[in-house]
Amino acid sequence: MKILVGIKRVVDYNVRVRVLADGSGVDTDGVKMSVNPFDEIALEEALRIRDAGNAEEVIVVSAGGDECQQQLRTGLAMGADRAIQIQTSEGLQPLSTARAFLKVIEREDPGLVLLGKQAIDDDNCQTGQMLAALWERPQATSASKLELNGNSATVVREVDAGLETIEIDLPAVVTVDLRLNEPRFVKLPDIMKAKRKPMDVVSLEELGVAIEGNLEIGHYAPPPQREQGIMVEDAAQLVEELKNRGLL
Amino acid sequence: MSKILIIAEHDGQSLNISTAKCVTCAQAIGGNIDIAVFGSGIETIAAEAASLESVARVIAVDAEHLSAPIAANWANEVLAIADGYSHLLGPSTTLGKDLMPRIAALAGVNQVSDIMAVNAPTSFKRPIYAGNAIIDVEVPAGATVVATVRIASWQAAATTGGGSVEVRSASSNAVKHTRYVGLKSGGGERPDLQSAQRVVSGGRGVGSEENFKVIYSLADKLGAGVGASRAAVDAGYVPNEMQVGQTGKIISPDLYMAFGISGAIQHVTGIKDAGTIVAINKDSESPIFEIADIGLVGDLFKIIPELEKLLD
Ligand SMILES: Cc1cc2nc3c(=O)[nH]c(=O)nc-3n(C[C@H](O)[C@H](O)[C@H](O)COP(=O)(O)OP(=O)(O)OC[C@H]3O[C@@H](n4cnc5c(N)ncnc54)[C@H](O)[C@@H]3O)c2cc1C
Repeated sequence: MKILVGIKRVVDYNVRVRVLADGSGVDTDGVKMSVNPFDEIALEEALRIRDAGNAEEVIVVSAGGDECQQQLRTGLAMGADRAIQIQTSEGLQPLSTARAFLKVIEREDPGLVLLGKQAIDDDNCQTGQMLAALWERPQATSASKLELNGNSATVVREVDAGLETIEIDLPAVVTVDLRLNEPRFVKLPDIMKAKRKPMDVVSLEELGVAIEGNLEIGHYAPPPQREQGIMVEDAAQLVEELKNRGLL
Repeated sequence: MSKILIIAEHDGQSLNISTAKCVTCAQAIGGNIDIAVFGSGIETIAAEAASLESVARVIAVDAEHLSAPIAANWANEVLAIADGYSHLLGPSTTLGKDLMPRIAALAGVNQVSDIMAVNAPTSFKRPIYAGNAIIDVEVPAGATVVATVRIASWQAAATTGGGSVEVRSASSNAVKHTRYVGLKSGGGERPDLQSAQRVVSGGRGVGSEENFKVIYSLADKLGAGVGASRAAVDAGYVPNEMQVGQTGKIISPDLYMAFGISGAIQHVTGIKDAGTIVAINKDSESPIFEIADIGLVGDLFKIIPELEKLLD
């Protein structure tokens, strides 16, 4: 079985993102870029499945400009066998990403597709579910445990009410949550090795996907600021203050 | 005029408050508002939905295989009744996030995630980058609006309405490829985080599952729900459903009290809509104090017993 893992290049989670003064976007100049943290977890899971003998090959896929090859190389350094860049100069919205991934699925015929449950830049939380719908296959979102049993999988999902367990037939799309695993650190020799691993580049046009139905993104604004708070000295003052504000 | 269909969320017993919040968002869009309820034995839930202010009609689809919220099953039913609706709305809860993109893909549209405000029937505000930027998004003319509603941004609609209820049977059979096994909830009798007026939260600073007792004790004294940071959940002090933040729950209590939480952006994004934020942390440099309305530097294990005594 092959496992396909989606990788998105995003602003690193430690960066405090700022909106540009003219409202045209956020400041990404000289900002550190990384693999979306959820995608790292997805890849780690794929590697563990392969290394346990339950898959033959792990392929990382990213849609974006050539700069996303950097994140694909990180994926290769973590241990993926090969990479595919879906080349596009336009930032893709989830529906186009899902359509493009579906084309890659048709070429590669994976038994399992692992994605992050959301990307920490646009926080959309859509691509995996869209892909499953278009592929007409099961989805299991926000997975915190994944167990393969031959042609099916048991997935524990983190939901608002607790932990939900479902069983899905393979092939399927699973999107992963934070507690599924802890991704490995990349070591220097692995980075060297990754340079020799194959990276295919295929354009959106070659895949036959046209960008359609994009939402129009207008003005960017900083979030409303909360008013400056106060400091109190002890528990008694805190209770006093809460009473004054009608909160107790 | 807009024709809006809201997908109801419930636990088989009663309607989740997120549905009443979606109704308020729908009121802001304006137009005819219907609600779809899927499940088995759902008469009382359907009646609850019909009582929400300005709801015209509830379509209750009753079938055994719809009792668990398997997205593939529910999406099939939504598409079977979606004709003629300009807007399909669901809550931005784990249920809505699982379901709505599946519907959007089958309808061939991009989804608007986490509506926090309505500019016009097809133009909305939503947060990105963990709430560090708010963008305007416009749905292209002629496309169905499929969206999730950021429930911390909306008040629940009143229950003064009187819509009709129409019961239907399912249009599709259960999908075979996905089977529901069960749900494990760690939570007890405390108020639900997403509707609680007061929330007491603990972070890594609480130190252990055992120590979390002090947080529960204060919460019970205040009639509060209990939340936690990711670090506290990861360390196994508390179950996952208590996580507050970018990837946990986005909440909007009147009062939020954070004990031993440092205030990482991913946590803070979950509490920005709280009325008053109180932070207790032993490190005066902790970033949580930047957003706290009331801050207190000190050891939580000393301060909580003092607070409890003062509250007696
Ligand atoms: C993709 C991604 C998503 C994330 N999503 C979330 C999310 O949804 N929610 C979330 O919370 N985090 C999330 N995080 C994690 C986040 O970045 C922080 O790591 C986490 O919030 C830290 O938790 P904490 O404040 O409890 O722990 P710490 O940062 O370790 O802070 C502990 C605090 O306790 C204080 N303390 C210690 N002992 C005491 C004492 N006795 N009395 C008083 N104070 C004390 C310390 O001074 C310190 O400030 C996410 C991270 C990533 C990468």
